[in-house]
Amino acid sequence: MRLRLAHLYPDVMNVYGDRGNVIALRHRCEARGIALDVRGPGIGDAFDPAECDLLVIGGGEDREQRRVAPDLAAKGPAIRAAIEAGLPALAVCGGFQLFGERYVDADGGVLPGIGLFRMETRHPGAGAARATGNVLVRTEFGEAVGFENHGGRTWLAQGQAPFGAVAVGRGNNGADGTEGARTANAIGTYLHGSLLPRNPAVADFLLGAALRRRYGAGAGLAPLDDAAERAARAEAGAIARRGKGEGAWRRLRGLAAGGWRRGD
Amino acid sequence: MNARIPLALGAARAAAALGRRLGRGGGTALPGLLAERIAPDAASALARPLAGGAVLVTGTNGKTTTARLLAGMLTAAGRPVVHNREGSNLTRGIVSALAAAADWRGRPRDARAIALMETDEAALPAAVRALRPRAAAFTNLFRDQLDRYGEVETVAARWREALALLPPDATLALNADDPAVAELALDWRGPVHWHSLAGARAGTGDPGPADARWCRACGAAYRYAARYAAHLGDWRCDGCGRARPVPDTAALAVERAPDGLRLDVSGLGETLLPLRGLYNAGNALAAVALARVLGLPPDAIRAGLAAARPAFGRGETVEFGGRRLRLLLCKNPAGATEALRLLAEDGAAEVAFLLNDRFADGRDVSWIWDAGFERLAGNVRRCRAGGDRAADAALRLRYAGWPAPASVTRSPAAFLDAVAAAPARDGPVDVLVTYTALLDLRAELSRRGAVAGAAVSG
Ligand SMILES: [Zn+2]
Repeated sequence: MRLRLAHLYPDVMNVYGDRGNVIALRHRCEARGIALDVRGPGIGDAFDPAECDLLVIGGGEDREQRRVAPDLAAKGPAIRAAIEAGLPALAVCGGFQLFGERYVDADGGVLPGIGLFRMETRHPGAGAARATGNVLVRTEFGEAVGFENHGGRTWLAQGQAPFGAVAVGRGNNGADGTEGARTANAIGTYLHGSLLPRNPAVADFLLGAALRRRYGAGAGLAPLDDAAERAARAEAGAIARRGKGEGAWRRLRGLAAGGWRRGD
Repeated sequence: MNARIPLALGAARAAAALGRRLGRGGGTALPGLLAERIAPDAASALARPLAGGAVLVTGTNGKTTTARLLAGMLTAAGRPVVHNREGSNLTRGIVSALAAAADWRGRPRDARAIALMETDEAALPAAVRALRPRAAAFTNLFRDQLDRYGEVETVAARWREALALLPPDATLALNADDPAVAELALDWRGPVHWHSLAGARAGTGDPGPADARWCRACGAAYRYAARYAAHLGDWRCDGCGRARPVPDTAALAVERAPDGLRLDVSGLGETLLPLRGLYNAGNALAAVALARVLGLPPDAIRAGLAAARPAFGRGETVEFGGRRLRLLLCKNPAGATEALRLLAEDGAAEVAFLLNDRFADGRDVSWIWDAGFERLAGNVRRCRAGGDRAADAALRLRYAGWPAPASVTRSPAAFLDAVAAAPARDGPVDVLVTYTALLDLRAELSRRGAVAGAAVSG
């Protein structure tokens, strides 16, 4: 069996380890004898979402989002139609924001989104605190563990399902307890980088949907030994639950021992 | 002189003595932190009397090595140096170093000295304001600990802010190979000394994600005739014609030698640099550029390069249990990718990855997915994962196609036990390690007598 993955703008929308998601999808395909062909359509490249089985887009800073937004707007209607017809997709962080209706950046500039998710993201301005830290989200796939780092606040329209409910962290806006968005077989989320390696149930939801869409309802995923993934989930979950503080004692000891350096 | 300075210095000295007493090396942040609390202008008050002026070295990677190389060159030239060699690169660390070199009233012990300060990227504006440097080197700009810095663009904005505060006759030593550094010249009217790895061969394998893609003057995408790593290379912009500047200091050739690198530097001839890895050639060039800005003679520059030793965790080796550990600090994708390239060239067989996620490491471990662990998949015969995020490290190695880890251990003690359990004939272990994991590992090695205790520092 063979699946075709489109990784949109891989050279541009990749700021927080986003390729970890593609590495995880490839790993979980290869472990089952499924070949995964990865294509990376860039700005200005022709792209027909009907010719892929799975779509992934990662995050970028404001300058990257400004770059891809016009191109994504052009590709948008086809992407939206394909996803509404069942194409599984994962949109992370900046990509998630652009899968909504619009993104208002830190300078007040408005970037149009593709409108798949009925939601709007507003950046509260350059001086506002970013939502940064470990996150736990209760989802239909179980608890998702991850890390968020975003300036924009996302507000879902009434009726738009979230990816899940925040247990630890800020989520979409730090106020309503929602995280991400869910439509058809698409997931949008702020949990970046290593979302899929540490959340194999989410990866398998995307792969399973892709497989059934391509090879029929009888196509299923063989189970894998996920002991390593479970260990990483447990470790990350424990750290997230403990909170983001290191404790005053450790900080003082760090200072006495040589202090924190931030760079090299 | 500020009347609070003697009090600030007294507190700093007491804190430094306490740090030494606690046994983890001379404390290097706490003294400066206290001094700054008591006398907020301590940095400028202590630096002003130094006749040699101040030089700052900043950038994502290579600051420590570059500053140490320059310190060696200055020493070889007989020029006294005050250098935050052992520690913190925030302003508190700068104050600690200045305080240690002053008498109780705040007068420098050697008024001829030059202040050479490795400076955190985000702390640069404050350091420039306090020290009014005569020269500043920018090594490179990569994504690094974005949970703290916010975005790469935030750091670039800090640097532009710092440029506006620099004395107009200060000289910038800029890495011509990094377009994100080169674009600083768009905001600078003063002198620039460019350096470049022009004669180096392009890197092989995955260069890792680029953090500079579009020309800041016109917005067109950069194109590369050669790419060394990430977005570093022989770049040009077809939109407005900007291109890698002609270097004032260039590596005409970079070759691997048994004990390091053979560098042919323009105007300096062939020199052996006893450090490994192409990134260290870049660090050497930045140091040579600064040395030339400071007017050091070629003999002293060559002597400084030849006397180089790996800095803390930058390829230093430690004998432990009959095996040799090589410690390679890495904490961002660009640094890790370079370290992995070095291991691939050296044919590393046993590799450990110790991953922490404390404040000084960056709380976000997503960066490990941007580092090219895949390139070692065919080399590594045995691997180990460790640190507070040992399970995440293990997952990364497994997904990169490495063999199943021989040990997954959270504590440095358990890691060393696992290493010692293997026979000495298994050969050296290369240890990729994040900052606080390195501190912990060094402390544990020291406890077991593998490292001289005084060498532990930050
Ligand atoms: Zn241009």
